[in-house]
Amino acid sequence: MHDNTVLGPQTSSAKLGRVFIYAILAFLVLFYLMPLVVMLLTSVKSMADIRTGTLISWPKEFVFDAWGKAWSSACTGVACEGVSGYFFNSIKIVLPAVLISTFLGALNGYVLTKWKFKGSDLFFGLLLFGCFIPFQVVLLPMAQTLGWLGLANTTAGLVLVHVVYGMAFTTLFFRNFYVSVPSELVSAAKIDGAGFFTIFWRILLPVSTPIIVVCVIWQFTQIWNDFLFGVVYAAGDTQPITVALNNLVNTSTGVKEYNVEMSAAIIAALPTLLVYVLAGKYFVRGLTAGSVKG
Amino acid sequence: MQVVTAKVKKKPLLDLVADQIPKLVLSPTILMTVVFIYGYVIWTGVLSFTKSSFLPNYKFAGTLQYEKLFENDRWGVAVDNLFVFGGLFILICLALGIFIAILLDQRIRAEGAIRTVFLYPMALSFIVTGTAWKWILNPSLGLERLVKDMGFENFTFDWLVNTDMAIYTLVIAAVWQSSGFVMALFLAGLRSIDSSIIKAAQIDGASLPKIYLRIILPSLRPVFFSAFIILCHIAIKSFDLVKALTNGGPGYSTDLPATFMYAFSFTRGQIGLGSASAMMMLAGVLAILIPYLYSELRGTRNA
Repeated sequence: MHDNTVLGPQTSSAKLGRVFIYAILAFLVLFYLMPLVVMLLTSVKSMADIRTGTLISWPKEFVFDAWGKAWSSACTGVACEGVSGYFFNSIKIVLPAVLISTFLGALNGYVLTKWKFKGSDLFFGLLLFGCFIPFQVVLLPMAQTLGWLGLANTTAGLVLVHVVYGMAFTTLFFRNFYVSVPSELVSAAKIDGAGFFTIFWRILLPVSTPIIVVCVIWQFTQIWNDFLFGVVYAAGDTQPITVALNNLVNTSTGVKEYNVEMSAAIIAALPTLLVYVLAGKYFVRGLTAGSVKG
Repeated sequence: MQVVTAKVKKKPLLDLVADQIPKLVLSPTILMTVVFIYGYVIWTGVLSFTKSSFLPNYKFAGTLQYEKLFENDRWGVAVDNLFVFGGLFILICLALGIFIAILLDQRIRAEGAIRTVFLYPMALSFIVTGTAWKWILNPSLGLERLVKDMGFENFTFDWLVNTDMAIYTLVIAAVWQSSGFVMALFLAGLRSIDSSIIKAAQIDGASLPKIYLRIILPSLRPVFFSAFIILCHIAIKSFDLVKALTNGGPGYSTDLPATFMYAFSFTRGQIGLGSASAMMMLAGVLAILIPYLYSELRGTRNA
C-alpha cells in the first residue's frame, strides 16, 4: 500500500497544481452526473416546460404525472399499461436466477478447489470460455431448445438462460475465493468423518459472506440489465423491464413524451442504482475481482 | 448375524456413493457447459454452412453464407463501425480512466464520493443510458438547444441523426458508461504500488509526471492488459446501446456485428447468414483472447 503523502504538494507551484486538479475533477464530476441530473429534471417537468426550457433548466413547477403515466399507463409497443408489469417480470426473473446461479457457483467452486479430481482443472478452464463468448453465437440454438422445452416466451425460460450463462462467472468467483480458504480445515473435517455436504454447510458457507455478496451483486446487475436475452426469448407480457423501456422509447406513434420516457428510464435504473449505493464498495470489489491481483 | 452382514455389505456401497458426490454435484454444470456452450457453438457453426432461412435447414451449402456475408454491404459497414467505435471507445476509456485514477490518487478530499460519481454509470443498463443520451443528444431539444440559448445562435450538434457522425455518439455514451470501471481498475493498481520505490525516485529528483510515466504506469502493465481485454469484449458485444441510442440508424450507418446478427437472424429470417456473422464475432473474440491467455499462462509459468 503506498502512502499518498509522498506525492503531496511541496511548493507553491504544486499548490497551483492542486487547484487545477480540483478544477478538472469538478468538471469531470459534472460530465458524469449530467445524464442522471437531466433524467431527473426532465421527469418532473410538464411537456410545455420541456418545449420552452433547456436540458438543465430548473422545472417551472414540479409535476409527477409523468411518473404515474410511466408506471401504469404509458404505451410500450401495443400494450398501454405502463412499465409496472415488466418491472415485476424482471423481479420474477432476477430473484430465482440469482439465487440458483449463486448457489451452484458456490458448490462448483467448492468441488473445484477442495474435491479436485482428474480433469477438474481442465473442466474449469473449459468453463471459463463461457465468460468470454459473444452470446450471439448461442442465441439461435437456445431459441430452438427453449421452443422444444416449451419454455419459449416464459419467465422460466429466461431464468434457465440466465442461470446457464451466469454459471461461468459465479463458479469463477467462488473458485477464486475458496482457493484462499485453507485446505487443512477441510482435511481435518474429513478425518473427523464429516461428509461432503457437512463440510460445505459448516465450514465453507459460514466464511463465504464476502464472495456471496459480490456474486449476488454481480449477477443481479447483469441479469437486471440484460437486454439481448430478453428481447430474443421473451414476447408480450413476459418481457423484462429493459425491453419494455426500449419499446416505450422507440414507439413511433403519437407525441413523444420525454418526461414519461425519462421517468420510465429511472424506474428501470432504480434497483441496480439502489444496490450500487447500498453496496457500492462490494460492487467495485466484484468488478475488479480477478482483474487486479495484489 | 444377518443384521451384521447387512451392515458390512452396506458400508462400502455408501462409501462408493460418497466418493462420487463431488463429481455428481459438478455434473449438471459439466452437462450445461458441454451442451449450452460448446454444443451450441458447434450447432451455430453447422448452421452457418447451411441454407437456413426462416427455419433451420440442414442442407449443406458450403461457404455460401460466408461469401454472402462478405459481399453484404451492411456487414462491411458493421465491421468498419466496430473498428471505429471499438478503437475510439477503448482508447478514450483507457486514457480517461488512467487520467482520473491518477487525479484521484493525489490525496483528494471526498475521494469516496467522487469515485461513486464516476462509477455509478456501470450499474445502469445500456438501455437506460442509451435512453438518457438519446435525449441529451436530441438535435432540437437537447445539447444543441442548450448552447443556442446560451447565445451561440449558429451552434449545431446533430450527430445523432447524421449518417457520418452518429457512430461517434455511441462512443460518447459508451465511454461515459465504462471509463469509471477502468478508473477503478487503475486506482486499485496504483494503491498497490510500493511507496518506497516512489520515495527513492523523488530523492533522486524525479518530477511527479516523470515518476508516473517512467515508474508507476509501466508497473501497471497487467492492469492495462486486463482493462484492454475487458473493453474489447464490451465493444464486440455492444448491442443494447446501439438498440437504445440509434437503433442502427440513420439507415444502417451505426450497425455493429451484434446488431447485424440480430437483424438477420430474428427479423429478416436469414438464419444461415446470421449464424455466419455470429461465428465471425466469435472469431474476433478468440483472436484477441487466445494471444492474451497464452501470454498470461507463460507469464505465470516464468514467475
